[in-house]
Amino acid sequence: MSTVSSESTLQDRPLDSALDPALNPPIDDPLLEIEGLSLWYGDAQALRNISMKIPKNQITAYIGPSGCGKSTLLRCINRLNDLIPIVRTEGDIRFEGESILDPSFDTNLLRKRVGMVFQKSNPFPKTIYENVVYGLRLQGISQKSVLDEVVEKSLKGAALWDEVKDRLQERALGLSGGQQQRLCIARAIAVEPEVILYDEPCSALDPISTNKIEELMLELKKDYTQVIVTHNMQQASRISDLTAFMYLGDLIEYGKTDELFIRPQKEQTEAYITGRFG
Amino acid sequence: MNTWLLIVTLLVLSTIGYQMGRRRALSLVDHPKQLNSLPGYYGSWILMWGLLPAILVLGLWTASESAIIDKLVVADLPTEVRQLAPERQNLFLNDAKNLASGNIVSSEVDATLESAADHITSLKRTSATARTLLALLLCIGGVALGYFLISDRLRAMHRVEATAKVILGIGSTIAIFTTVGIVLSLLFEAIRFFRMVPVTEFLFGLEWSPQTALRADQVGSSGSFGAVPLFTGTMLISAIAMVVAVPIGLLSAIYMSEYASPRLRTVAKPMLEILAGIPTVVYGFFAALTVAPVIRSWGQGLGLDVASESALAAGGVMGIMIIPFVSSISDDVISAVPQGLREASIGLGATQSETIRRVIFPAALPGIVGGILLAVSRAIGETMIVVMAAGLAANLTANPLQAVTTVTTQIVTLLIGDQEFDSAKTLAAFALGLVLFLVTLVLNVIALHVVRKYREQYE
Ligand SMILES: Nc1ncnc2c1ncn2[C@@H]1O[C@H](COP(=O)(O)OP(=O)(O)OP(=O)(O)O)[C@@H](O)[C@H]1O
Ligand SMILES: [Mg+2]
Repeated sequence: MSTVSSESTLQDRPLDSALDPALNPPIDDPLLEIEGLSLWYGDAQALRNISMKIPKNQITAYIGPSGCGKSTLLRCINRLNDLIPIVRTEGDIRFEGESILDPSFDTNLLRKRVGMVFQKSNPFPKTIYENVVYGLRLQGISQKSVLDEVVEKSLKGAALWDEVKDRLQERALGLSGGQQQRLCIARAIAVEPEVILYDEPCSALDPISTNKIEELMLELKKDYTQVIVTHNMQQASRISDLTAFMYLGDLIEYGKTDELFIRPQKEQTEAYITGRFG
Repeated sequence: MNTWLLIVTLLVLSTIGYQMGRRRALSLVDHPKQLNSLPGYYGSWILMWGLLPAILVLGLWTASESAIIDKLVVADLPTEVRQLAPERQNLFLNDAKNLASGNIVSSEVDATLESAADHITSLKRTSATARTLLALLLCIGGVALGYFLISDRLRAMHRVEATAKVILGIGSTIAIFTTVGIVLSLLFEAIRFFRMVPVTEFLFGLEWSPQTALRADQVGSSGSFGAVPLFTGTMLISAIAMVVAVPIGLLSAIYMSEYASPRLRTVAKPMLEILAGIPTVVYGFFAALTVAPVIRSWGQGLGLDVASESALAAGGVMGIMIIPFVSSISDDVISAVPQGLREASIGLGATQSETIRRVIFPAALPGIVGGILLAVSRAIGETMIVVMAAGLAANLTANPLQAVTTVTTQIVTLLIGDQEFDSAKTLAAFALGLVLFLVTLVLNVIALHVVRKYREQYE
């Protein structure tokens, strides 16, 4: 399998990756453009020359075996990898035309525009209310009426309002796992970002909570561009518009979800989605 | 046989037993796998049989030997000695023992004393022989018994583990009983003190001058035991110490855990922790000889009246000593805050300092408070620095530039020198010790509770 992947690296790309139909689905309205992105943790390369466009107001899913670099790629989009001192990147990501990997780019501003929901729900050890308004308080907004309004709107947006509206001043850590994860989504949408990144948001949840979050994502599509990493291929096929398959740091195939799952163009993609390797 | 020689002999015998046990276990089967336990456990099984009963009897024998010999000697004494008052009888017995072991004797040596001494010597000799024989017999018998009990069915591992568990349990019981014993002795002596000086006077009296008359006819010094100046002195010095230690310790903990590069951390953290390894005597003379004069001359420069031994010097230096307590506990607690919270905060657009201020510090606060409480109890119990740098004058003051004294310092001075052991002055030390113990106990319990509660939050 590794020979196939190295051949594809050497021959298909970089020569004609821009033309390879398996990597270039038709995208009218790209919000994010990743170009020739490579990333190293120290000496170990985790991403290899990845190029792709992420469309606005759609859900893009990343699939691939464990360790192939999905989380790493996701964390490039809000530059969360900056927290890891040994990380080095090459290439570029453009967000509405602006190059966000530029060292002079304001990362705090970027992270206000690109929210993130993590695999392990991570509410702050504060009240439910304070969790939701955290991002607003950072922006210096402290007017009670504004905050109240945002709390209600965000919790409703995250389909959590009915469950917690009487206990907003209770500790967020007292919520169930699924509720905590939806609280994290509420916290992310409270600052009205343009993009929301999800890193395996449902991997620790039961089917009902998973269902709720999937419905929520479909609901949020009209306002947000969403990117999700998932190990659950049914989930990817249920909710995403586009799917990218990664393997060992390479982007192997990227296309419309319906087509990719029904008629994968690359052998590796087919092997993975039919469960023949992983 | 000499006790140590005997113990070595027992060990050698049991070790031989260990080897025999292994061999025997292996000889019972064709392949070690058929044994119920690893061969070594059969060895340990014999070791156990050889050593434990012998050591146990040896210990009991040694512990009770002298009491039994005393009884036997006394029973054999002529009637006129037996009818003496108990103290006199004791004196006589002591003399006899001294004579028997060739030491100086306080009274004249007469025939009764000599015969008693001879009796003691012969009893001791018999006892030693009997002890040696019994121990060796038990050891050899134990090894033999263990050897014959070995079969391929014997669950040697199970038995050895069970015995080991009992021995460990006994060890920790001893530790607990020692603690209880110390506390009880503190308590009883303190109660004796409170029979002489009322509790209320001790706890609320404002004057501390523990000089009591040594003889009944001495005038003018009945002593007053109001401990309030000691409590306030202790609090003043601990407060100064915390004012120094908490900010510096916390800031360095935050820097070490959040900002410092790994390389700097590996160098700087141990260096900070060296502070905790400096003997307190060294801090003491640093405070008394270096810091106190500097404070005094600064004070004079500002027109302030500074005592040559001041609470400020002692407290300040104590604070430096305590920095590593605060910083290393805080560092641990801050590092234990889940990385997910940092990423969540940064991911919402917070800067690193906003993240620390709004998320990490509040999340770590309970643990940090626990660490600070532990540091406070350390400050309260600290003795050497205050003895050397804060003085002995029991002033009731909140002025850090004056000399004050602390509970621990007074305990030291009360017990230094020749004292009657049951005078109020000496017993006062136990009362102070009891108070000190209770305060630090409460602080530690609260601190541990707070720290544990905090840990549970992130299960
Ligand atoms: N902080 C780090 N330091 C060093 N190497 C890392 C670090 N984080 C990830 N890696 C390495 O980078 C590679 C990609 O990791 P990444 O977490 O992006 O994989 P993933 O596709 O998200 O896997 P999973 O599905 O298991 O979450 C892996 O080989 C991983 O070991
Ligand atoms: Mg991942």
